[in-house]
Amino acid sequence: MIVRIGLSSCGIAAGGLPVRDALAAEIGQQGLGWELRQTGCMGMCHLEPLVDVIHEDGSINTYGNVTVDVAREIVAAEVNGTALEKYRIATEREPNDCLTGQVRVALRNCGSIDPESIQDYIDAGGYQALDKALTDMTPEQVIEEIRISGLRGRGGAGFPTWFKWNATRQEPDETKYLICNADEGDPGAFMDRSLLEGDPHAVLEGMTIAGYAIGARSGIIYARAEYPLAIKRLGKAIEQAQARGLLGDNLVGSGFCFDISIKQGAGAFVCGEETALIASLEGERGMPRLKPPFPSQKGYWDKPSNINNVETFANVPWIIARGGPAYAAMGTEDSKGTKVFALAGRIKRGGLVEVPMGMTLRDIIFGPGGGIKGDKKFKAVQLGGPSGGCIPESLLDTPVGYQSIKDTGAIMGSGGMVVMDETTCMVELARYFLNFTQDESCGKCVPCRIGTKRMLEIMERLCAGEGKAGDIELLEMLGRQIMDGSLCGLGNSAPNPVLTTIKYFRDEYEAHIFDRKCPAKQCKALITYHIEADKCKGCTLCAKKCPVNCISGEAKQVHVIDQNLCTKCGTCLEVCPSKWSAVSVS
Amino acid sequence: MSCCCQAEEKITIENVSTEAQLSGLEDLINRFGGLEGSLISVLQGIQEVYGYLPRPVLEYISERLGIKKARIYGVATFYAQFRLTPVGKHLILLCQGTACHVNGADKIEAALCDELRVEMGGTTSDRLFTLNAAACLGCCSLAPVMMIDGQAYGPLTPDKARNVIRFIYKQEAESRQEEVGA
Repeated sequence: MIVRIGLSSCGIAAGGLPVRDALAAEIGQQGLGWELRQTGCMGMCHLEPLVDVIHEDGSINTYGNVTVDVAREIVAAEVNGTALEKYRIATEREPNDCLTGQVRVALRNCGSIDPESIQDYIDAGGYQALDKALTDMTPEQVIEEIRISGLRGRGGAGFPTWFKWNATRQEPDETKYLICNADEGDPGAFMDRSLLEGDPHAVLEGMTIAGYAIGARSGIIYARAEYPLAIKRLGKAIEQAQARGLLGDNLVGSGFCFDISIKQGAGAFVCGEETALIASLEGERGMPRLKPPFPSQKGYWDKPSNINNVETFANVPWIIARGGPAYAAMGTEDSKGTKVFALAGRIKRGGLVEVPMGMTLRDIIFGPGGGIKGDKKFKAVQLGGPSGGCIPESLLDTPVGYQSIKDTGAIMGSGGMVVMDETTCMVELARYFLNFTQDESCGKCVPCRIGTKRMLEIMERLCAGEGKAGDIELLEMLGRQIMDGSLCGLGNSAPNPVLTTIKYFRDEYEAHIFDRKCPAKQCKALITYHIEADKCKGCTLCAKKCPVNCISGEAKQVHVIDQNLCTKCGTCLEVCPSKWSAVSVS
Repeated sequence: MSCCCQAEEKITIENVSTEAQLSGLEDLINRFGGLEGSLISVLQGIQEVYGYLPRPVLEYISERLGIKKARIYGVATFYAQFRLTPVGKHLILLCQGTACHVNGADKIEAALCDELRVEMGGTTSDRLFTLNAAACLGCCSLAPVMMIDGQAYGPLTPDKARNVIRFIYKQEAESRQEEVGA
């Protein structure tokens, strides 16, 4: 028997480590001789910590929300040959609902192999694609296979991968670099983290194949410092690959030499832009440079450099092993293959899903995503992080694809999907994103540096209930000017959240400006909390919990909120028992 | 009349460093000294050794590595990771990501500020905790999330967040008592 526990950052945050220790202790004390393994993120983050029990006959019981006590109960049940039904969320025959409609290419090994074991990866078919590329294929054939697959950059811009590889290959310079962009800066996106933590060898293998295709000897992974576990596992994976001769000199006897090193980013969103990333790799402030020359011509240390995203590389071994046509068979006309999305926000089942391109947003959110938390009403989904936009319910049947998403005003981005319900104020949300991009603007281009600041001031005014007629038009004008007048992707897309929310939720902006009301009841300056006298039973709960002690009233008497002291934190609304619902917001 | 700045005693690298820190610094210089483009790695190394980037150390590095002070300062202030002031023993990173934002990170912030009696970015008077904001910790499905010393906690409620802090305070008190007892 094998007991497997998910220990990615999400599993650990949910309490996976004590569960692992409890399992180990229980297995040891009872002398069961079961093997305890760790694995990466299975994608069902809302059910973490997750534990799989794999029986001798290959059948699997998967348990979710496992605590230390539950872990002991699981062992007790499994010893008797039964399952702990209450916590069992899936078996090998009946997969969890989250997996409906998913096709796992990039995430093929996440949640099944031990990310710290190269042998596990090899047993799962790993490094066969590298062997095939180096022994049976020329670099040109590798590029051709990727062209046939239709793979496009998964980091955001969606540039055809083969085209970049080919352009770098064509450069006459002897020294070339291959760079992996693992600076996943989009707040709300965690595909790359899960991949690096759950299957680091897939990324290394993809990079090595790419290195062979473009003619580079040296690969660099630019990873976020905020992902300590990913960096640790990557480092371990690199050492293992070196020890096996899968990185280093003369790989699999082909004469091809390639090695990979890790460089830690230091926290700057703009470094997701490739020229800024290169500046940062060179130890400078991460400021974008003018293109052309493109990185494929003059990149890292002015040498031809190819930069791809983590997920793009993770797809490469699968494509080489199974052929480009197999990958191109999935997806739509302009967007082939599968895409990983990170579902988060007001959604029931947050986590990672990988679906074929062309699936509709509705099918993703209400299929694997399980719909909206607390069965509230869906309002919008934000795609592409601070560079993307909000898509309203009327466009939920949009299929995911580079062009179809772009047509809505949002972008596919790296795959962050943050779902909003009726309690999210779209004006405040746009302010939040703008606050982020304004803060992260590197300051090189005036329209971006000063324009985003001016836009933010207007947004703050709107949320504070001080909006003026003409503000919406001013935001639209500024937004267009910033997009036209900035050098890099950050400035080109920073106004997107504001512009798309104006496009689809203009009535909310108008309510803030002309009615001085926040329809979602989120903007503190525009709302007041009241205790309704006919409903209040005087249970004193709100008065006890109020952090500023602004609620007065004796037990069994009607309570009153002192509006002058109220900070509008909403605690009273939350704690008031639902059978009375005496607190109202207006 | 003399220049006022002469009256101030210059803080040297020896004033801010222990023996172990000095040797850690020397290791860094040996490792990255000749490597072009390694300024960020050097600064990350210094921050690991000192917990922040002390000014005398930056001046020393400038001389030893032949990198202009202005360039070092420029890089140190550009990236969110670098701190120019000391931090507490435990660094709390409160996630400000989109998922955390729509799931009520502001209430967690209010609770933490109240529990620790500091503002965002501040350090407690006993130097045990520093509360910082992080753009996104990538644990979005557990929103709202915070990370303390590399360990993520979520999904948080204001009370859960307070309890984590109280638990660490308790641990600290116990380990101090043990020291006294020993």
